[in-house]
Amino acid sequence: MMNHFTVNRSKVSERMAAIAARVVLIAISCTVVFPLLWNLTTSLKTNTEIMTSPWSLPQVLQFENYIRAFSKARMADYFLNSVFVVALSMALLLILVVPAAYSLTRLNLERLSKIITNIYIACLFLQVNVLLVSIFILMSKLNMVDNRVGLSIALVATNIPFNTFFLAGFMKTISKEYEYAAMIDGCSHFSILTKIIIPLSAPAITTVSILSFFSFFNEYILTLVVISSDSKKTLPVGLANLYEVQRYATDWGALFAALIIMLVPVLVVYLFGQNSLTRGMGVGGLKG
Amino acid sequence: MNKRSGYIFAAVTIIPGFLLVALFLIYPMLQMIYQSLFNVSSLLGSPSFAGLDNYKSLLGDENFIIAFKNTIFLTLLIPVAVPFISLVLSVLVTQTKLREKALYRVLFFFPSVLPMVSVGILWQFIYHPTIGVINSALNSLGLGNIAFAWLGDERFAMWAVVITIIWQAAGYLMVMDIAGIDRIPIELYESATLDGAGALRKFAAVTVPFLWEVVRMTIVFAIGIATNVGFILTAVMTAGGPGLSTTVLLQYMFTQAFQNSNFGYAMSIAVVVLLISFVISLISNKLTNREIIEY
Repeated sequence: MMNHFTVNRSKVSERMAAIAARVVLIAISCTVVFPLLWNLTTSLKTNTEIMTSPWSLPQVLQFENYIRAFSKARMADYFLNSVFVVALSMALLLILVVPAAYSLTRLNLERLSKIITNIYIACLFLQVNVLLVSIFILMSKLNMVDNRVGLSIALVATNIPFNTFFLAGFMKTISKEYEYAAMIDGCSHFSILTKIIIPLSAPAITTVSILSFFSFFNEYILTLVVISSDSKKTLPVGLANLYEVQRYATDWGALFAALIIMLVPVLVVYLFGQNSLTRGMGVGGLKG
Repeated sequence: MNKRSGYIFAAVTIIPGFLLVALFLIYPMLQMIYQSLFNVSSLLGSPSFAGLDNYKSLLGDENFIIAFKNTIFLTLLIPVAVPFISLVLSVLVTQTKLREKALYRVLFFFPSVLPMVSVGILWQFIYHPTIGVINSALNSLGLGNIAFAWLGDERFAMWAVVITIIWQAAGYLMVMDIAGIDRIPIELYESATLDGAGALRKFAAVTVPFLWEVVRMTIVFAIGIATNVGFILTAVMTAGGPGLSTTVLLQYMFTQAFQNSNFGYAMSIAVVVLLISFVISLISNKLTNREIIEY
């Protein structure tokens, strides 16, 4: 009887706890979603409406804000520059990192592989923001400033350690039996890599691709320092520039529209990739 | 297939990436330490050796001291606050068996993939004294007397930035925690339940000890977040102001290098930033060192 009572009581308190947790989690969800929704509604209001009340909804949807963002602020140029830099950087990164992770984990290079992995782990602590001045001086000496390809190469370089480490952590867990069979058949390293390891590492390669997309697309400070021509700026730098101008011109509508234009690619990639991202991220590849 | 073809393949695949890392990360780090000992005032002119002069000037530079204090503030606060919030969130999301738990994970993680420039600009408007939502809400609630210019007031500006950093970063660390919690054997929770442990007891006796290594990693990540996100968000939201109240060392480094062309001095500031992150990582490592529980 007594026992029955305690079980019941713990069931009730469990249910209470679940309700309390849900209330808290919904409240936090609101603080996450609200700024983004506010951004969206504000981007569709007239400047007068924005000035009058930040909480009101637009009377008539002002899509002209988006047109002004594109026409006044070279958003189209910034967008294309971002596409170019991100696509080139992602391609370069994958070409450099995937085969290297294969060699480091699958070729029995015990000592060499250990040394390079340790160097890359130490490099995880070197942040572009901290090295900004010396990277800028280096790039000026190499004539790589105000050049999108140069920027791309530098961004790729700074992303190599983490991504190699991440992929190597995954590839270590793949069974060697497939390779032994392929080797007996006389396959080359290249075909083992492309036909066996890459397909088996697809989840980790997807995670690396998505993470590096965000890292390249969102990059701000090095691009700000390295790119000086307005025609070569990427979205984050262009947007920060527009913000500096528009906060005095007070065309808020166009500025909020520009913010949304920048969020759209991020949202699309996130919706498609969030699953492999949150699952794959785990503990930075330690889990594989 | 012989050993030699393996070595050639390894060389071809490893060396290009390694050279890039050496050129764009390792060499700049060594250069930064070396050139912080010089007076470098232009990119082309020959720098003159200054020994530790740059570092001595730092000690007498009032602006540096303020930026130093602000940086220490963020590097101590963020690695305590964000991992704690993330841990609580991860437990709320995983332990309550809510049907919509996957949705919370997706939602909370989202701010961490947003461009920091967008986040900074958006939050600058949220705090805006006339068109911002916070003050508008306070005014309509009759609390107009506490509707401050959050980013324009030296007393609140840094705290306003801290809230934005938490908004941006907590979900990222939460996902790390969740991945760790998912690996804790479910039997441990079941036997704790049989022993009559409540939710808090399970949190303290099962989740925290078994998750400790992950929590330590989130603290190391948070030190990086304090340095990097702290820099970009203050740069975008306040440009270090009002006054110097939100100027962090990287912001001061940026000004010295790219506005005043004091490249050598800027690099000595960067060396200090590197040292701060390093020392605080060591301290947190020491403080959080527990016996590892294997399972």
